[in-house]
Amino acid sequence: MQLAERNRLRVRFRPGGLAPILVIFVVLLVLLGTRQPDFLSPPSLMSFLGRSAPLILLAAGQYFVIVAGEFDLSVGSLVTAQVVVAARLIDSDPSRTWPVILLLLAFGAAVGLVNGLITTRLRVSSFITTLGMYLILVGAVYLWSDGAPKGGLSEEFRRFGRRAFEDVFLVGRIPYALLILLAVAALAVLLTRSDFGRTLVAAGGNPRTAELSGVRVRHAKTLAFVLSGLAAAVAAILIGGYSGVSFQAGAGLEFGAITAVVLGGVALGGGRGSVVGAMLGALTLETLFTLMNFYGVSGALRSTVQGAIILLAVAVSAMRSVPAKGIQ
Amino acid sequence: MRRSTAAVAIGAVLALAGCATDEPTAVASGTASQAAGSGTGAQSKFFVQADYDKELALLGATPTGTAGKPWEQVLEPNMVQTAKFKKPGPHKICFSNAGLNNPWRQVGFKTMQAEVETHGRQIKQFVHVDAEGKDQKQIADINDLLGKGCDALIVSPNTTATLTPAVEAACAKGLPVIVFDRGVDSTCPVTFINPIGGYGFGHVAADFISKRMKPGGKVLALRILPGVDVLETRWSAAKVAFDKAGVDVIGVEFTDGDPAKTKKIVNDYIQRYGTIDGVWMDAGAVAVAAVEAFVDAGRPVPPINGEDQLDFLKMWKDKNLTAIAPTYPTYQWRTPIIAALRVLNGEPVSSPWKLPQPTITQDNLAEYLDADMPPLHYAVCGCTDLPGYPQRWK
Repeated sequence: MQLAERNRLRVRFRPGGLAPILVIFVVLLVLLGTRQPDFLSPPSLMSFLGRSAPLILLAAGQYFVIVAGEFDLSVGSLVTAQVVVAARLIDSDPSRTWPVILLLLAFGAAVGLVNGLITTRLRVSSFITTLGMYLILVGAVYLWSDGAPKGGLSEEFRRFGRRAFEDVFLVGRIPYALLILLAVAALAVLLTRSDFGRTLVAAGGNPRTAELSGVRVRHAKTLAFVLSGLAAAVAAILIGGYSGVSFQAGAGLEFGAITAVVLGGVALGGGRGSVVGAMLGALTLETLFTLMNFYGVSGALRSTVQGAIILLAVAVSAMRSVPAKGIQ
Repeated sequence: MRRSTAAVAIGAVLALAGCATDEPTAVASGTASQAAGSGTGAQSKFFVQADYDKELALLGATPTGTAGKPWEQVLEPNMVQTAKFKKPGPHKICFSNAGLNNPWRQVGFKTMQAEVETHGRQIKQFVHVDAEGKDQKQIADINDLLGKGCDALIVSPNTTATLTPAVEAACAKGLPVIVFDRGVDSTCPVTFINPIGGYGFGHVAADFISKRMKPGGKVLALRILPGVDVLETRWSAAKVAFDKAGVDVIGVEFTDGDPAKTKKIVNDYIQRYGTIDGVWMDAGAVAVAAVEAFVDAGRPVPPINGEDQLDFLKMWKDKNLTAIAPTYPTYQWRTPIIAALRVLNGEPVSSPWKLPQPTITQDNLAEYLDADMPPLHYAVCGCTDLPGYPQRWK
């Protein structure tokens, strides 16, 4: 009975529903199309999707953590660390590309595992855990590289974030990054529909009930951090590919990913929202920034806009959760 | 309950985002303000007409000193006596370094270490302290060095105003102090060594770009960040040149030195304006990303400037770009060691010691290209004759 009632709410009002973000996205696209019709031409749209892929991936990773009621603030510095490590290890030698890619994925998973274990086993708030990880990674990268990146990425490594299948029928070009994104997105959707996905939402919505009903909350949450770390690794491969090695590679991405997830209707604090919404949120955020640029709004306003979105989304979500609490 | 946790969390995330873009070299005072897309905007608060005129005049000056060794050359020398600092060697030379936090400083410091080696027994000890880009640490570092029996102190200040009192305190100890790269607001150091400067850099690039288009041509200006004196002077000189040439500066954007951000900005401008006739940059770090944005969009690369980093020079040659690379040469890291030994020897030195500031053009590009050196190496390092080359710089 209770469940049915909640399900009904889910469709229409729930902030986790896809309707609001879809409306915002379509409105922004229409505005973009009127301002800059060329933007909607297939090759340009494809390039846009390709370069937006890293943030969308990070939003998907962040979704798993946030829906379980946690945060992952370490992804930005993890991306920077991965790009810097990749450049130093590959050192422009093409034959090292694949081993280094595997190493990056393992590194991302390991950082996520540590975040997850500290949060769930030692019961440290994930906010503090991942903030600590953020600082550790920033410091470690600085120490390891003497403060400036060394080495270089091979063209084989860079193609994933930079190149595309050219001269494709109808759409013009399909960036590799977009294909990687679609594959990861499909996996993410499958995961949310699995027992694991439902466990996460339950753990975020009401951890006590979930625990009492025999759900392995700690396992699920730890796995969520591992997924976020893996998403950061894939994003790092794409970002490094897109623009090359830089100490700035991941700067501010944790913030962008959290904004995207919130914009996509996922409740901070967990329990509600969909991974598709989170990824749409990231795409909408990138669209918004592009629109701002086309209207000549200074790039300096970007962080202000991100902050405003988070505050607004939380306010709306808090207002909506008042009647919901009554039901619970 | 959960809502309030979330709200606290958001506050902290906002603070974190602020930290992430913090730049240690930023000088707090003053910013150049201009909205993107409104031409060149108001002139920077850092602009000083007299300094601008002087630097532009120096661009055409002939240096004195050994030809082929620009790190020993001086533009318009003004010799000062140093007999009072004369001391028998070998010497202990101390160096308070603002930081090693970018590839330019890394290359420079390696060059300086190699220079120290060339002097063999004249230098018994070389003490280096890295301030990691923090003013407070550098003030403490200089203070510590004063008690370490240094015969001469070299300072590369993190910021001008904040480090001035610390440098003055060192002068008051009777120690010969040599300042290079960024300056201090004091005449107490024996000499201040730096190349021509930011106005020269910005002017050379802007002049090259605006001469390769018709009046009204569309220029995109990419800047690292506002409020840093060396970067503000570069932009302010470019603004003067662009205004004079009557080109249309369609945007002045800050990249934070982030190649991904640069590429997105350039990509957006390409879509917004179709063709762009020139790209001006206040530093070379993201020049390659800007070029890549045109290449990846399948557009011809317009006239552009970079700096002497090898990744840009290599791309220039490979893609046959119309380009120029004014420099802020890393060979200036050799000069303070040379100056310190001359001062301790009682020989006169020039104060200020203005070094030549070469420009890489199509004609001399081949001299600077070296496929064996890493992409972030700075070509105008004057280091090819130093011990340990090339391995030390790899």
